[in-house]
Amino acid sequence: MAVKRASGRGATEIRPMAAKVGVIPNADGSAIFAFGDTVAIAAVYGPRQLHPQHMQDPSTGILRCNYDLLSFSVYDRKKPGPSRRSQEISKVTEWALSPVVDLEGFPNTVIDVQIYILQADAGTRTAGINAASLALAHAGIPMKNLVCSISVGKLDKDLVVDVDKSEEDFEGGEGPTDFPIAKIANTDEYTLLQLDGKIQPEVVKKILNLADKACEEIYEVQKKALKGVVQ
Amino acid sequence: MAMSTSNLTIETLNRMFAEGKRFDGRALLDHRKLEVSFEVSNKAEGSARVKLGKTEAVAGIKLALGEPYPDSPDKGNLVVSGDLLPLASPRFEMGPPKFDAIELPRLVDRAIRESHMIELDKLVVTPGEKVWTVYIDIYPINDDGNLIDVATIAAIAALKTAKVPGIDKEGNVDYDTHKAALPISKETAPISFSFFKLGNSIILDPTREEEEACEARVTFGISKWNKQHMINSCQKSRHAVFTRAEIEKMMDLLPEKFDELNDKLKKFL
Repeated sequence: MAVKRASGRGATEIRPMAAKVGVIPNADGSAIFAFGDTVAIAAVYGPRQLHPQHMQDPSTGILRCNYDLLSFSVYDRKKPGPSRRSQEISKVTEWALSPVVDLEGFPNTVIDVQIYILQADAGTRTAGINAASLALAHAGIPMKNLVCSISVGKLDKDLVVDVDKSEEDFEGGEGPTDFPIAKIANTDEYTLLQLDGKIQPEVVKKILNLADKACEEIYEVQKKALKGVVQ
Repeated sequence: MAMSTSNLTIETLNRMFAEGKRFDGRALLDHRKLEVSFEVSNKAEGSARVKLGKTEAVAGIKLALGEPYPDSPDKGNLVVSGDLLPLASPRFEMGPPKFDAIELPRLVDRAIRESHMIELDKLVVTPGEKVWTVYIDIYPINDDGNLIDVATIAAIAALKTAKVPGIDKEGNVDYDTHKAALPISKETAPISFSFFKLGNSIILDPTREEEEACEARVTFGISKWNKQHMINSCQKSRHAVFTRAEIEKMMDLLPEKFDELNDKLKKFL
């Protein structure tokens, strides 16, 4: 039976995506990525000398990510400044991206990735990762590949791709499960796995299949945005 | 979170894991010996001390009256916190919390909250106005690896023994009288499993040395709900990837590992 979504979307239908690079002239690389009403902007600065000096690694450069919501991106104004939530998302974003960047050629340096959410309708960390992946590529950082990220949800027993806020607040049955995933494009290597809810272990395989398909679509959108710059 | 493990140790562990061996003789997916005891503090509404090998943590439950959150007026509140005390390891320092100290209580919180083990709707005194806040506070006593999983067991054990304090005629909490048990599910109680990866090997319940050598971690909170195994929370950490085959293997392992550890845990409860 077809899953009914408040938005009228099909179960595997991603919200309209928008991606653009080169949106912040000061940055070495930058991008905007949107899933419908969720809009993330990212900037990359570096490689540049890492301070404090004792954090420098002579064998490689390091990636440092910062994610946060702008105060007016949500209905209840978010108090400016880092929260425990934003610090956690910053860290998992760093781990989601670091497997694709090759920073051995930049010892003692840092590459700073700044991600901010302009408008939030769930899926902010996944939109942020997609934007950051684009910004890193736009900055010309050596990368094995792009990282693509999507949230797959389970509403009671129904699986849906790209959960929005109304779905995140779903009630009834087995409740809502939100499963943000990131992977290295065109591989079976996953770099972000996070989950809240109630999900049978055997269903995770189906979730990965849905995420794989969605990531193929996201990858095409990312590639198109990057090619736009080259042409 | 300085990774100070020598390359020699990492190479040795990598080779041993590939052969299915560990320094302490365990198989890769074996847990160390579990011990659970209670009543760490008679001032707490419930408390427990959990040892897994040499890793040890205490958890205490405190209840206080407060206002409900605006988005859940008919539910009690749950607050999980933890502090990586310098008591427990030379690695831990005073000062603002580092990432590990932020992540640990958040992972315990999500495992418990999403499992719905605590029946928060039964912790309402006056709907919309006055509800109980359940505080779960977790402290390590000795860190020898796998602290998140040990912290979760300590929290669950403490919850199992927790009681709700009385309320006197003026409406204040009377911590000397405890009447009812804390309303918790009989069936559902989450356990946390952190899988650690080094090279192509995956292990459970690492010692501190093993944990520091590993390149990736993924932590799952899992419980039983309506007779089914349900994953309630998940978080991958560190800079290496997990392949689809590895994730599927962990999905196969989780139910049996849950049943195995849950049986051991039940003996103490």
